[in-house]
Amino acid sequence: MTTTPNILRVTVQRGTAAALRQETFDVPAYENQTVLDVVTWIQQMADPTLSYRFACRVGMCGSCAMMVNGVPRWTCRTHVKKVAADGELDIGPLRNLPVIKDLVADMDPFFDKWVAAEARHHPSAERDDDFDPVTAQDPARAEADLGIECINCGICYAACDTVAGNPDYLGPAALQRAWTLLNDSRDADRDGILAAVSGKGGCHNCHSMGSCAQYCPNDLNPMRAIAGLKRETVRAAWGGKRDA
Amino acid sequence: MLDLRLYMAQRLSALVMVPFVLGHIAVMIYAIQGGLSTAEILGRTQGSLLWFLFYGTFVIAVSVHAAIGLRVIAHEWGGLRGRVLDGLMWGIGACLFYVGILAVFAVALP
Ligand code: HEM
Ligand code: SF4
Ligand code: SF4
Ligand code: FES
Repeated sequence: MTTTPNILRVTVQRGTAAALRQETFDVPAYENQTVLDVVTWIQQMADPTLSYRFACRVGMCGSCAMMVNGVPRWTCRTHVKKVAADGELDIGPLRNLPVIKDLVADMDPFFDKWVAAEARHHPSAERDDDFDPVTAQDPARAEADLGIECINCGICYAACDTVAGNPDYLGPAALQRAWTLLNDSRDADRDGILAAVSGKGGCHNCHSMGSCAQYCPNDLNPMRAIAGLKRETVRAAWGGKRDA
Repeated sequence: MLDLRLYMAQRLSALVMVPFVLGHIAVMIYAIQGGLSTAEILGRTQGSLLWFLFYGTFVIAVSVHAAIGLRVIAHEWGGLRGRVLDGLMWGIGACLFYVGILAVFAVALP
């Protein structure tokens, strides 16, 4: 069964921060087609100077996130059929991040904030130590497991209105990873993490509106993680007992 | 622009306000149903340490809470930061406290 392809009207944000412009392309529509397919078609068939990022094409690497009709999406797993409004697509670089060129956003601020949130492993054991058993039933482990499927795509960060209004805010992904490590028995710097998420840009800025959880392509819930951080930082400040 | 201390001050003041809001509404309904006049109400509140503490604490909580809340909005929507932001927060808090405490004096001082 072959159908004559219809045409998609695709508007793409082009250029660098100094000179942004919108360009429109007519792209053949297929029965089965992702937004990434559309962007690739434009680059291969219409304009080879179009810059964009992707790697895995299967929702693993987190590099293909873009704004699609105003919503942050992982483009390799987003079907055009589901998001095109009357055959029209509006594609741009991820929100809340500087533009490098065309659809390529500068991810540096995003990852700098992971470091600022101490969302990195703090080793607790030496080479010769026995490793910590990971027990899925342990409540802290179960809490940590909720966040480990993050693919660092930056979609939650683009969706977060608090990031938009407050550029210092560490954002949902970095804070969620900080929470994951806080609950990981193999991480050694509980106090360092709690201090890092308690500053001016810390977890207490979150308004719990939940855009991060709504748009995370892996159905993670950074808002829940941030609520956990708020709870633990307050508990620690009261000098309450901790289980660490 | 909220660190842990401001966050705790805002949540604690909100916690403190819950019973006060409910108490305030309950008292208003009660006073109106009984058909009390202004003079009769003032007759009961003026010189009462209890009412002074009730509304005095309420005013402190509102000043703290609203000042921090408006600070967040001024930063996220108005782009204010640094000393201007701190100044605004303290200014709002001071104004609210001043207006509020004058009212408390009028109602509860003998
Ligand atoms: C029992 C009464 C109240 C409770 C329980 C309460 C609770 C809260 C909470 C939990 C927040 C934080 C929201 C967030 O971080 O997203 C908040 C924010 C705020 N509150 Fe209240 N509040 C109360 C009364 C008031 C009053 C009387 C005022 C004004 C005089 C006020 C003004 C604000 C403002 C301006 C914000 C900032 C909004 C924001 O941060 O998103 N609140 N309140
Ligand atoms: S819940 Fe918090 S982190 Fe998530 S989008 Fe809202 S403000 Fe941002
Ligand atoms: S939490 Fe979800 S949306 Fe945010 S970076 Fe991780 S995978 Fe992407
Ligand atoms: S290309 Fe890897 S997640 Fe889309």
